[in-house]
Amino acid sequence: MASTTNSQMFHKTFVRESPVRQRVMGAFFLLLALSIWFFFARSVDGSAIASFGLSTFQAKTQLDPWNLPALNTLYVLAIVCAILGGIQLSRGFKKYTNAVLAVVVGIFVFGFLVWATAGKSLNLVGLFNTTLSKAVPITLGALSGILCERSGVVNIAIEGMMLSGAMVSALVGSLTQSAWLGLFAAVLTGALLAYVHGIFSIKYKTNQIISGTVINIFATGLTSYISAKFMQVYPALNNPPTFGAIAIPLLADIPVIGEIFFVNNLFVFAMFIFIIILQIALFQTRWGLRVRAVGEHPKAADTLGIDVFKTRYTSVILGGMMAGFAGAYFTLGSAGRFDEVMTAGRGFIGLAAMIFGNWIPTGGRAAGLLFGFADGLASRMAILGIAIPSQFLLMLPYIATMIVLAGVIGKGHVPAADGIPYEKE
Amino acid sequence: MTPVLELRGITKRFPGVLANDHIDLTLEQGTIHALLGENGAGKTTLMNILYGLYKPDEGEIFVNGEPFRVQSPSDAIARGIGMVHQHFMLIPVFTVTENVMLGEESLKPGGFLDREAAARRIREISTQYGLEVNPDSYIKDLPVGVQQRVEIIKLLYRNANILIFDEPTAVLTPQEADELFEIMRSLTAQGKSIIFITHKLREVLEVADIITVIRRGKVIGPVTPAEADQSKLAAMMVGREVKLELEKEPARPKEAILKVENLIVTDETHQVAVDDVSFEVHEGEILGIAGVQGNGQTELVEAVTGMRDVEDGKVFLMGKDVTHAVPRKFTEAGTAHIPEDRQRDGLVLPFPVMENLMLCTYYLPPFARRAIIQWDYVMLNATRLVQEYDIRTPSIFTAAGSLSGGNQQKVIVARELSRPIHLLVAAQPTRGLDVGSIEYIHSQILKRRDEGVAVLLVSTELDEIMQLSDRIAVMYRGKITATVSAEEATKELIGLLMAGTPLEDARQQIQKKATQSEKIGGAN
Repeated sequence: MASTTNSQMFHKTFVRESPVRQRVMGAFFLLLALSIWFFFARSVDGSAIASFGLSTFQAKTQLDPWNLPALNTLYVLAIVCAILGGIQLSRGFKKYTNAVLAVVVGIFVFGFLVWATAGKSLNLVGLFNTTLSKAVPITLGALSGILCERSGVVNIAIEGMMLSGAMVSALVGSLTQSAWLGLFAAVLTGALLAYVHGIFSIKYKTNQIISGTVINIFATGLTSYISAKFMQVYPALNNPPTFGAIAIPLLADIPVIGEIFFVNNLFVFAMFIFIIILQIALFQTRWGLRVRAVGEHPKAADTLGIDVFKTRYTSVILGGMMAGFAGAYFTLGSAGRFDEVMTAGRGFIGLAAMIFGNWIPTGGRAAGLLFGFADGLASRMAILGIAIPSQFLLMLPYIATMIVLAGVIGKGHVPAADGIPYEKE
Repeated sequence: MTPVLELRGITKRFPGVLANDHIDLTLEQGTIHALLGENGAGKTTLMNILYGLYKPDEGEIFVNGEPFRVQSPSDAIARGIGMVHQHFMLIPVFTVTENVMLGEESLKPGGFLDREAAARRIREISTQYGLEVNPDSYIKDLPVGVQQRVEIIKLLYRNANILIFDEPTAVLTPQEADELFEIMRSLTAQGKSIIFITHKLREVLEVADIITVIRRGKVIGPVTPAEADQSKLAAMMVGREVKLELEKEPARPKEAILKVENLIVTDETHQVAVDDVSFEVHEGEILGIAGVQGNGQTELVEAVTGMRDVEDGKVFLMGKDVTHAVPRKFTEAGTAHIPEDRQRDGLVLPFPVMENLMLCTYYLPPFARRAIIQWDYVMLNATRLVQEYDIRTPSIFTAAGSLSGGNQQKVIVARELSRPIHLLVAAQPTRGLDVGSIEYIHSQILKRRDEGVAVLLVSTELDEIMQLSDRIAVMYRGKITATVSAEEATKELIGLLMAGTPLEDARQQIQKKATQSEKIGGAN
């Protein structure tokens, strides 16, 4: 056939890799190398040993800590960074630039850990455990965002849904003295707020950013009010039971890995289960195919007899339930009480994780872990008592979010109809 | 035999318009029934009613003799009615299989998608009807012609018996259109029935078994292709005699007005849209740019009118370098621009006609004296142009947005051509217009050429390019792959070039065909 001659569509990327980016990246690598030397290596005592613990005191098999000579390690790290920077400046890593960037940043972070631990000891298992647990609300937030946005509805109200879920779960949990009922109430709260968001953005086609903002403001105001007026006044209203850590038999006994992954509370396990379920549901089931179709090209879906509105409502409400569940983590899975505005932007970081993860559940997990690590690092470093004011450490997850959103991510595929209300003719 | 589909007395009113006025239509099994009419005649409304997207105010529909009440597209699909939409209803990031199975998914036990089973059905359908396509390709990687085949497969997958094609050739090269007609014939040969909506006379005569003309919501006809010819059909569509052929004197080109050298332009997504293009347009000639939509024409036009910045290369206007100039520089240097999207780039829709008629030079005398607009002159100018260019508007104070497409285009043409100009860049100047308006705008473009204006005409309508141009350049994947003179250009040659065939190969293919048919002719 004649048309097979143009069997490829005409799309060719303007490939001339920007020389500016190549140079900036190279300079950045060198800067990190310099920083490792300037900030870390210079202030480390030549004989100091950094000791990284590989098991907690609860572990059955105690492993010896991993001891590194701090100064020499830092020198090696700085030199590796500098070499990579040199190669980037002279030749450039071309399409591998981002991967090398990740390696260099990883080296820098490790350098930071060595410096902070020099002459002391840091439990790596504990650090990774905190990372996992801190990643829970962020990852679940990302999953919530994926559910909504894959169907074409932008939901920036995840933060507000989480906050409301946290408050309600603490309240109901305290009243009933049942963590499960508290969790259930949180999920219900998320669903309810999502339904409101759905009515605004699907039925009345209001601007979805405004609808989301309104819900966020509403949630902040209402939870703060109830907290200040009742929960702080009557401590019995703010004393829910929590979900404790569960050790999975056998798996938990594996050294290092067992302690990191298989001794956790309900929320961490739920996070992994939800990731797997959502990944399969989105890409291997009829429901997922339809959700994605509605988020990409609602009119096409409509002409094939798929109910666009129903599909969007379902997705948004499921997303709200996910956010409510994430909210319960703060009270029932972590703090054991509700404090005003305790979600502290984790819902928004979850959205960042969703974007970084390219609207794919497993990608959202990777991003969630990254931000969780920043979060976990902040709290661990505070314990080590290093010479950085705690305020700056607390900024770490937010700074990581900004850096990632501003610079690292390439252009992923945004669902084509994301944020656009569907008008039936 | 009972007809597979019968529409009786279908009437649909929109506020202020009678879109369908007691329309009757009968579709016999195994035939291609063409629905011919100008844009806005009510063809698409009628089909949307049949497809359950609109509800009719009056009238009945019968499928196989049984009354059919249609509430939604799912009802239509269930009764075996399917539509190939003008704008494809395909999801670019899905595979062919996923697009086809959507809404009618094959499932494995446990509720998982069975992509293999669906792909197998697709392959069966492809072989049965000659619709070649790879089920595993992503839509975004497929050329438009193949995407259209996917649309057809989508319907056959749902066992559709009545297929509605809404302006299917608008996006195709002539060869792809021929292939489509082949497919349509193969479908009817196997018992499917087709409604073919179009405004192109030639195609109707080529492929239809019976023709119904719709004019202003009313049925004229039906006629058979044997009883009709192009001018008769045109008269039925418009309601008066229309001149289809243009009288054109040979061009007398002089020096170059527009000169483009090694131009590279990127689109919104930073992909190369115009790839190292060079050409000249001379005083007193029309250079036509042919090509299938989306091969970089839009970006090229925007680059030579200052609306899009250039990555690399040079643009000269009468010897002056205007490569990175803003649109106003082009206007002041005497460039007229009839933009592709007239409602977005050509008019301010809520503004009255008279203000739209002064947009190019509103800040200069005589429209303005210092900073003050001279409304007397604005009204005088508008009244004169409305008369001269035959713009049908209730008054010069009417908002441009409320005019019909043809009259909106006339407002643009009047504004752009009433100034002293050296270069006219016309992109899709007659898209979506009725035969009468097309005739008028073509004659205006020719008139400017004869007055010594250099004209760059960009159009995806091959007929238009062939009728007007003195030289024809073909754009394919961002490059100008060939430039041929009007004498050498045949529809076949340009069609091959539009599909990416190199010029030499295309010439050989045509020669080979010619000798073959001579041989056959000799043998007879």
